[in-house]
Amino acid sequence: MPMTLYRHAINRALNEELANDENVVIIGEEVAEYDGAYKVTEGLWKKWGDKRVVDAPISEAGFIGMGIGASMLGVRPVMELMFFSFAYVAFDQLINNAACVRYMSGGLINCPIVVRGPANGGTSVGATHSHAPENLFANMPGLKVVVPATARDAYGLMKSAIRDNDPVYFMENTLLYGDPAAASDLDDGEFTLPIGSAEVKRSGTDVSLIAHGRSVLVALEAAKQLEEEKGINAEVVDLRSIRPLDEETILQSVAKTHRAVLIDETKPFCGISSQIATTIQQEVFDDLDAPVLRVTSIDAPAIYSPPLEKEQVPNARRVVEKVMQLG
Amino acid sequence: MTNQPEDQSNYAQAEVNLQLDADQKINLMRDMIRIRRFEEAALKYYNAGKMGGFLHLYIGQESIAIGAVSLCGENDHIITAYRDHGHALAVGMNMNECMAELFGKSTGCSKGKGGSMHFFAPDKNYWGGHGIVAGQTPLGLGLAYGIKYKGLNGAALCFLGDGAVNQGTFHESLNLATLWDLPVIYIIENNGYSMGTSQERSSAFKGSLAQRGEAYGIAWESARGHDLYEVRAKTQKAFNRARNESRPTILELATYRHQGHSVADANAKKYRTPEEIGHHKENFDPLSLWKNQLLKEGVLSEEKHRQIDGEAKAEAKAAVEFAEQSPYPEISEITEDVYFEVDQGSTAGKTGRHFFHD
Ligand SMILES: Cc1ncc(C[n+]2csc(CCOP(=O)(O)OP(=O)(O)O)c2C)c(N)n1
Ligand SMILES: [Mg+2]
Repeated sequence: MPMTLYRHAINRALNEELANDENVVIIGEEVAEYDGAYKVTEGLWKKWGDKRVVDAPISEAGFIGMGIGASMLGVRPVMELMFFSFAYVAFDQLINNAACVRYMSGGLINCPIVVRGPANGGTSVGATHSHAPENLFANMPGLKVVVPATARDAYGLMKSAIRDNDPVYFMENTLLYGDPAAASDLDDGEFTLPIGSAEVKRSGTDVSLIAHGRSVLVALEAAKQLEEEKGINAEVVDLRSIRPLDEETILQSVAKTHRAVLIDETKPFCGISSQIATTIQQEVFDDLDAPVLRVTSIDAPAIYSPPLEKEQVPNARRVVEKVMQLG
Repeated sequence: MTNQPEDQSNYAQAEVNLQLDADQKINLMRDMIRIRRFEEAALKYYNAGKMGGFLHLYIGQESIAIGAVSLCGENDHIITAYRDHGHALAVGMNMNECMAELFGKSTGCSKGKGGSMHFFAPDKNYWGGHGIVAGQTPLGLGLAYGIKYKGLNGAALCFLGDGAVNQGTFHESLNLATLWDLPVIYIIENNGYSMGTSQERSSAFKGSLAQRGEAYGIAWESARGHDLYEVRAKTQKAFNRARNESRPTILELATYRHQGHSVADANAKKYRTPEEIGHHKENFDPLSLWKNQLLKEGVLSEEKHRQIDGEAKAEAKAAVEFAEQSPYPEISEITEDVYFEVDQGSTAGKTGRHFFHD
């Protein structure tokens, strides 16, 4: 069976949900006539027309806020941010409005909106375009944050995100869009994956590598090297969803392997891995044979210089080194 | 298609242009040619895989940066968006540091940390190079604020695109500019497109973008950006308003980018017809227009032009060699230049933990 690329898997999910629900509308910069800056929405405008797939001017605060407002009336907007880094232009809308309006209205209002786009470093586009802000958004109760690593997960989670009645911020990755390593063998039939469930992507016995997004592929690569070069059998846990978080899968894995290395492209201070580490030490402290260690981005804005940025974000070599430090 | 204002006034007779002697006119030509040859070299080596990320080329718009910056004095400041190589060379940054930055080398203007979109030279009153569309527009206002606050007689030139005018921060800046009488000059480089979106598809009012200034009581004007004399004449008026009255201006200059939005623009030849691109290259290329103007005025010979062009190509080639031979930054340098106090080794920089990776 032919493998489906990550970008095509999302495209398929969007196309199916446009068909399934007439309230679904796609809005963003260059999503329609241009087919998407990264071709995720390719062909959708041609098929669904101006009402369902809408090109917006460069007014993120305005059109994201508009989408949130429309979602309060039951429209189900899927908003593309060309880069999730541009969410910062719309931050007030994404936090003060989308995350808080349900609470402030005592549950009278909900926002069934999806905000999606690539949220990653590693492509040498400089600090302004390389943010991985999942920790910022996951910090905010009321929001859901999803970061799929494979085409299959992206497909199933996107469908769930669109059907979910809370705001879901769906973080993709420009490096995964066309990466064969992230491609999946997708069934023909429609399916969804629940938001809030992690998956063991490789089972092992010696150490748990816990990651999300592209770092899952980094972890899998590191696990391969660890096995071949060091005889260490690593388990790889893919969080898939950051909030809600599947703590059970994480804890089961660590209880089995007794060691954990967390791989996390966000910056270390209050990164995703900080939350995971606190959960592990609190819940399975007695099972641990070593401190929980992390491989995060080196703590500075994203450097442009291409070979340097490859060192700044987590890579397999750094993961292997960290595992060897566990002793 | 980009609107080309019909004004046929003879801008060569504007005072600021009458003051130009033959050498100065030739220098303006040299400056434009240098931008083009620099960027052509950059394109070649980008395509050869020597650079990462994006490369937004300024080719076709050179007369705007050169014309406007040629009027700047010591108290004037400049800021722009990510299409920033032209402005960088215009303010006097050298090709070596710019090319090395594109190559990600430690000898680059930002030590390889900023890349194509983030060139800076505060020593030349050049404040970047900004990757977030319209992110520079309140900063430009802030430069004007600083100029006024310090009692200096100057202006802030803030360049932006036709797509950037639709960002909220730009509108907030316009209100503040009038409210507080700030000497800012917003120059909209209207090349007709924001990525693949034409102005018609991004702006509700189909006429002038600069006219939005009326809502905020800001003087505005449009001009033909390919005409160096006109750019200088109209920018000078804005400078006078800023320097003499501390009042803002919006100038909209019609222009055209010859290349795609960035080199990675997969649809560069889809949303604009080849005829349209050809029409602009043929009839509105600021380099050809200025060259012909100077030939007509008798201040330039073909031979002199060839010589200057050859020098610019050689300079660009040398810049590539410089960049190729320069070292990459060290990994330890990733966490330098984050905090001023840490870099200085001051007490503030040594108190508490600043960095949190292992
Ligand atoms: C806040 C933000 N949104 C979107 C982008 C992506 N983007 C970069 S340039 C651009 C088009 C801008 O067009 P315009 O202002 O006309 O300037 P030009 O590229 O024509 O010089 C877009 C959408 C960005 N960099 N920042
Ligand atoms: Mg433009």
